Amino acid sequence: MTNLEKYNQAFVEALEISEDQLPGLEYQGIEQWDSVGHMGLVATLEDAFDIMMDTDDIIDFSSYEKGKEILSKSYEIEF
Amino acid sequence: MIWDLQKYHDNTAILDEYGVSLTYGTLAEEGQRLADAIGRRCLVFVLCRNEIGALVGYTGLINGGCVPLLLNSHMDGEALTGLLETYQPPYLWAPEDKLDAFPGMTQVYSAFGCCLLRTGYGTEYPLHPDLALLLTTSGSTGSPKFVRQSYRNIRANAESIAAYLELDKTERPITTLPMSYTYGLSIINSHLLVGGTLLLTEKSLMQREFWSFFKQGGASSFGGVPYTYEMLDKMRFDRMELPSLRTMTQAGGKLSPALHKKFAEDAQKKGRRFVVMYGQCEATARMAYLPAEKAVEKCGSMGIAIPGGKFCLIDADGGQIITPGVTGELVYEGANVTLGYAERGEDLAKGDERGGVLQTGDMAKFDADGYYYITGRKKRFLKIYGNRVNLDEVDGLVKEKFPALDCASAGVDDHLYVFITDRTQGEAVKDFLVRRTKLNPAAFQVIAIEKIPKNDAGKTLYRELEAYYT
Repeated sequence: MTNLEKYNQAFVEALEISEDQLPGLEYQGIEQWDSVGHMGLVATLEDAFDIMMDTDDIIDFSSYEKGKEILSKSYEIEF
Repeated sequence: MIWDLQKYHDNTAILDEYGVSLTYGTLAEEGQRLADAIGRRCLVFVLCRNEIGALVGYTGLINGGCVPLLLNSHMDGEALTGLLETYQPPYLWAPEDKLDAFPGMTQVYSAFGCCLLRTGYGTEYPLHPDLALLLTTSGSTGSPKFVRQSYRNIRANAESIAAYLELDKTERPITTLPMSYTYGLSIINSHLLVGGTLLLTEKSLMQREFWSFFKQGGASSFGGVPYTYEMLDKMRFDRMELPSLRTMTQAGGKLSPALHKKFAEDAQKKGRRFVVMYGQCEATARMAYLPAEKAVEKCGSMGIAIPGGKFCLIDADGGQIITPGVTGELVYEGANVTLGYAERGEDLAKGDERGGVLQTGDMAKFDADGYYYITGRKKRFLKIYGNRVNLDEVDGLVKEKFPALDCASAGVDDHLYVFITDRTQGEAVKDFLVRRTKLNPAAFQVIAIEKIPKNDAGKTLYRELEAYYT
């Protein structure tokens, strides 16, 4: 699986949505992505990429696109 | 009148995340204007958010002698319609962006982004003179069951909380819970009593904006349900730099002893207070607290009765338990025990049905020093992210929506399992519950089984379902 596939899969699993909803998706943009959903998403991403995210990265992770940026910048994950 | 707001005339009562602030004097005046626009004592539905408009509405209505019924503004529209029809309030105080949902109502006043709507219902149910406020027990299932709280209840509980937490006007609590939720509201009530400054935000702990506001506003305390502390733990809260923070409180369900210990020890190290508390909407809000200096030593305990309150444990035969370590039903006595429930408009005329005594429905024991520990529950409900969810009500909702389906729900806190007998309906049932309760889908799992286990009398054997989730 490519990193992008893993990344998308984490969203689909944690937020129970379909892949076509991902582009442009923002925190609180759908009901599932509230604070509870966010915690599940972070946990799923950490498992998928075997990383441990910093507090600042967790609270800056405000959209699908922003998350990619954070993962590549702070955790050297290439998309 | 519950709060003497003019006493703190020049203090800041409210500061919101956009930098707007209100003094106690202005809060009193703005509240009075709303009460004057209504002009008499009557029932008013309030759609709440942690915003200035809702706060002005709540305090103005209470101090002005109206009876607010508080609801979360995110509540499902169908459930809200049901409640409006049940209670037929003459007025509704709602955020402007929600007005489209009430086309038949007339706008008569507005302030701070909220509007006062005249509903136009024909019937008006009489209100008992002691009745001050109506709060939901479930938070979200749309059940018409509300707790009737009196002026004396609210005042007594706020005074008691202010006393044991030693609150004064230097306190600056930041909102982390909805104000329509009993625990969130008790933080507001107790701080308005002492002249503190409420920091209002709709943002969550998982957002950068929350923490920026926290620091800029110099937040001194916050409250959290068990799930809040799980999130904070995940975010590695112990590494965060928060010099203004003095006190953290926890209620809304039992925190795992491991997390209790972790937060208690971290707070002790940093010179902060971590206070575990216990309560219910039926007792206005709080019944017990674990003093901060005992947080580590008595880890896992819900503490002792609040000032003015008293506990006892009752065994299965109705006798009082006097031996430490023996489990019984927890019974509370105090001035904050509410009047009773309302399930329909006629109930609003009822007076005190409890006489200051509450059977909590929780099972507990005490240790040799008199500290209490919750061991289980007598009634069938779960706490989901701090919200009480009655399992029989969930069964009822599903059966009403899917009449052909046999169903039974069970589970543990934060994880609700719905058992059904038709595999093809799983997704529909889950979607329905998520929409109706407005809880995150992660809380629900629908499991299809051959048949719901029942005894000869047709009673569901919930114990047998435990095998599927433990």
